[in-house]
Amino acid sequence: MKLPIYLDYSATTPVDPRVAAIMMKYLTMDGEFGNPASRSHRFGWQAEEAVDVAREQIADLINADSREIVFTSGATESNNLAIKGAAHFYGKKGKHIITAKTEHKAVLDTCRQLEREGYEVTYLEPGSDGIVTPEQLKAALREDTVLVSLMHVNNEIGVIQDIAAFGEICRANKVVLHVDAAQSAGKIEIDVQNMKVDLISFSAHKIYGPKGIGALYVSRKPRIRLEGQMHGGGHERGMRSGTLPTHQIVAMGEAFRIAKEEMVEENERLLKLRTRLLDGVSDMEEVYVNGSMDHRIAGNINISFNYVEGESLVMALKDLAVSSGSACTSASLEPSYVLRAIGRDDELAHSSIRFSIGRFTTEEEIDYAIKIIRENIGKLRDMSPLWDMYKEGIDINSIEWSHH
Amino acid sequence: MAYSEKVIDHYENPRNVGSFDKDDKSVATGMVGAPACGDVMKLQLKIDDNGVIEDAKFKTYGCGSAIASSSLVTEWVKGKTLDEAASITNTQITAELALPPVKIHCSILAEDAIKAAIDDYKSKNA
Repeated sequence: MKLPIYLDYSATTPVDPRVAAIMMKYLTMDGEFGNPASRSHRFGWQAEEAVDVAREQIADLINADSREIVFTSGATESNNLAIKGAAHFYGKKGKHIITAKTEHKAVLDTCRQLEREGYEVTYLEPGSDGIVTPEQLKAALREDTVLVSLMHVNNEIGVIQDIAAFGEICRANKVVLHVDAAQSAGKIEIDVQNMKVDLISFSAHKIYGPKGIGALYVSRKPRIRLEGQMHGGGHERGMRSGTLPTHQIVAMGEAFRIAKEEMVEENERLLKLRTRLLDGVSDMEEVYVNGSMDHRIAGNINISFNYVEGESLVMALKDLAVSSGSACTSASLEPSYVLRAIGRDDELAHSSIRFSIGRFTTEEEIDYAIKIIRENIGKLRDMSPLWDMYKEGIDINSIEWSHH
Repeated sequence: MAYSEKVIDHYENPRNVGSFDKDDKSVATGMVGAPACGDVMKLQLKIDDNGVIEDAKFKTYGCGSAIASSSLVTEWVKGKTLDEAASITNTQITAELALPPVKIHCSILAEDAIKAAIDDYKSKNA
């Protein structure tokens, strides 16, 4: 077993060796290095063919047409293109947008920009399980609503939203629905024929492809129009100019192909590992799972270890690569906005750790993780004045703390 | 974020973790910070009849730098008079532990903990 153990698959994944092998064939003189936009020679034609195959593989995973796939630099760009592109194109119809408080910053910050441009944004507040209900969406719709942007799977707590239900509502009200699927593609089923989604953002590096490449699904039926955000040579039917990075696109295609083929089997394996991890720590006192357990992807578990501060726990778990909802590292000192939005108090938000497991996680690694989590929670609680107070039966909320 | 070697040393081998009886007249207790902010420090000093700090203990809920700052001050205050201890500043702590700017509040908290403990002792023995 190699240390440290990587348990941060929601942040990024290693490239699958099968993907890397294909990617390398599209770089050098003896490979297919051509520009897919070159129409006058075979270097260009072969690169274009490789891009076409990848486009097909990506479309396949979501039951779409390959002409509905637009390549971008990643999910952040896809989110920007979808939200700004649709808002700008349909801006004459109305200027109201609906999203949720637990969205990724790439969505929230894009919406903030649109607010500065005169759009109005409603931020839905999910329940304590992290789920936004179809009723909430329905209630927020207005005459001038042009766009709804809601994520499929949350990056911090892994909860799954009922996208098909949102799709029904949006389609019935002729509102464009954009879904950020960076954390769901290849992990749970996405079928654009059933889900009635207009725009979907994808990333390659969350599912064992390379960083720096993503895609946006743009529905043809009904036909969704976007105002391009990147101007230039008119690539990707004018929606996203810029020379297509053949090697990255081919790699993304292969990653999506593998995901489609292995998703069901992989999910079973991940669920077993996650259950093992949770069972291994949940008998300790004051341990809380953040977000719904019923609607959650197999690879994610987000746990608050009360009375232990997250960053010091991350430091103690130096043999584990994990993320914390404690923002002690950031200048703001604000803990995770996602956990705050689902009603977790600051203490529990500060005490949270996200474990995300994936294709290369082993049972041995999970067992080792359990062992060092247990040891260090004990050690840090022995050092925590809050733990003492809890043990003495003192209510921490009854004390007047000096906020600094 | 990369921590300095001194922070890691204090974090991995914290000095003087523990508690004294807070009702003991010779014990000064200072508790500062807030759980919502992500750090709470409890510093206790045992003070002899000559007003010299003979022992110190701490418990801290917080990040590595907060734990290291409180561990460090328990070492520094031992053998000092209350006035000498009160003159320890956050800049000395920051310098000793090579804390980055985002962690300076940890050193401020440690300075505050000393002052809070001394105030507690003075009010107890007034």
